[in-house]
Amino acid sequence: MKYMLIMRSTDEAIEASKEVPFEEIINAMGAYNESLMKAGVLLAGEGLAEPDEGFVVDFAAEEPIVTDGPYGETHELFNGFWILQTSTKEEAIEWASRCPLGPGSKLEVRRVTDMSDFEDFTDNEFVQKEEGWRKELGQE
Amino acid sequence: MSDIRRTVDAVWRIEGARVVATVARMVGDVGLAEDLAQDAVADALAQWPESGVPHNAGAWLTAVAKRKAIDGWRRRERLDDRYREIAHELDAETSDEWEPIDDDVLRLVFTACHPVLGREAQVAMTLRVVGGLTSEEIARMFLVPVPTIQARITRAKKTLTAARVPFEVPDPSEWSGRLGGVLSVIYLIFTEGYTATTGDRWLRPELAGEALRVGRTLAGLAPREPEVHALVALMELQASRFAARIATDGRPVLLADQDRTRWDRGQITRGVAALARSDALGRGRGNYALQAAIAQCHATAASFDDTEWEQIVLLYEALGRLTSSPVVALNRAVAVSMSAGPVAALEIVDALVESGAMRQSYLLPSVRGELLSRLGRLEEARAELASAADLAGNERERDVLLAKAAAL
Repeated sequence: MKYMLIMRSTDEAIEASKEVPFEEIINAMGAYNESLMKAGVLLAGEGLAEPDEGFVVDFAAEEPIVTDGPYGETHELFNGFWILQTSTKEEAIEWASRCPLGPGSKLEVRRVTDMSDFEDFTDNEFVQKEEGWRKELGQE
Repeated sequence: MSDIRRTVDAVWRIEGARVVATVARMVGDVGLAEDLAQDAVADALAQWPESGVPHNAGAWLTAVAKRKAIDGWRRRERLDDRYREIAHELDAETSDEWEPIDDDVLRLVFTACHPVLGREAQVAMTLRVVGGLTSEEIARMFLVPVPTIQARITRAKKTLTAARVPFEVPDPSEWSGRLGGVLSVIYLIFTEGYTATTGDRWLRPELAGEALRVGRTLAGLAPREPEVHALVALMELQASRFAARIATDGRPVLLADQDRTRWDRGQITRGVAALARSDALGRGRGNYALQAAIAQCHATAASFDDTEWEQIVLLYEALGRLTSSPVVALNRAVAVSMSAGPVAALEIVDALVESGAMRQSYLLPSVRGELLSRLGRLEEARAELASAADLAGNERERDVLLAKAAAL
């Protein structure tokens, strides 16, 4: 089974992390990533850039509204993710617990759906289409 | 299963190889190290519900296993100077100071696949001590009773001890042969998951997944070895087709008929990247790299007809020169049938029949039957497919062959 580890940190934690030498953070995360790789469980992972380089598309109104920067009233920002392949949920818990994060940070861990989640819908035109979209995206 | 059992299993799955490897370097015997580590696991099951899971659970298990080793030596009054020193160091050590050494895990991999062990023992030891699986899990994956796996592991450990197999990586003179042995054990585990040779299930994805996991671990331990990356590439590329290989009724779907939109694109991307890593080492393509390159041709082709069959023929020719395996020749025949047509392919297959190779395999009559049917020689084709069905060990495969014969 696959799990996504989604890193979320409060604004305060992100501010506090700026006090820590960046190289220390790189080293700690690097060691963690290496342990995931050497255990053969790491499938993918990326870090996200500063939220002010991003934007938000809000679907509250009829026309989507695009605003710059982070979502106004959020207390926790997503700032990176890993996708792991583990044999049990407990193993995912164990790996997530080892992530070198401090107070103010959380990992939200979610199982990644696979085709077995859609077994009852394999004839569904949209399930098949989605597979097609995935293919196109993968080939870009 | 209790919560603590699940937690301990998860810790073992992650740390098992490194715990056993660290202890094995101390005691010089993998079998003993594994027994000691299992004793430490039993202690964890007894103590962790009270004490909580230690912050560094792998270090805890290692320290307990090492102490048990010392206790064993004390009991047998074999605490000579060397062991006295280890015991002293151990007493001074705090359990958070554990730095497992990658080379120890590599030694463990080579020992689990040591040539004094038979194939089944190598497979069981690799999954148990390198993969961190329990005997129950291994038994379930191979559809054999748990005591069978337990007996295999016990016997393997005794064999390693009796043969005084050192806890070392092989000498440079033996390195490439022994590495080849390790890779073939991993690939054997994978192929048993990819095309189960027995039983009524065509695929055992968990088993293939375990092989991939051990393969990725080995790629981390021996990153300068092109064939290790190539094996990972081959397994990723083949496993990317899992979802498309079985129809909803459980029957296998052949490559030509597979819905390519169901191939796992992320996995293909990882496979292509792993082959590129292998190629980037600049030492030429070996057995696994050539197979991975063939798998890559299939994985990146938009459709069966758009496949670069001529390229595949060339890759099979190169592979044939390396291995002179009849299975490779047969696969080359299939590729030739796609690029040059069934007549040229039938010549290769007939030469194989004449040589007497693969007489017990269903593959030869199955391919021959396919080619004959394309040539319109239906009577002969039906006979070949029927004899292929007789030889097939997997029930799902047999059904497919019989259906094909009936459809002619």
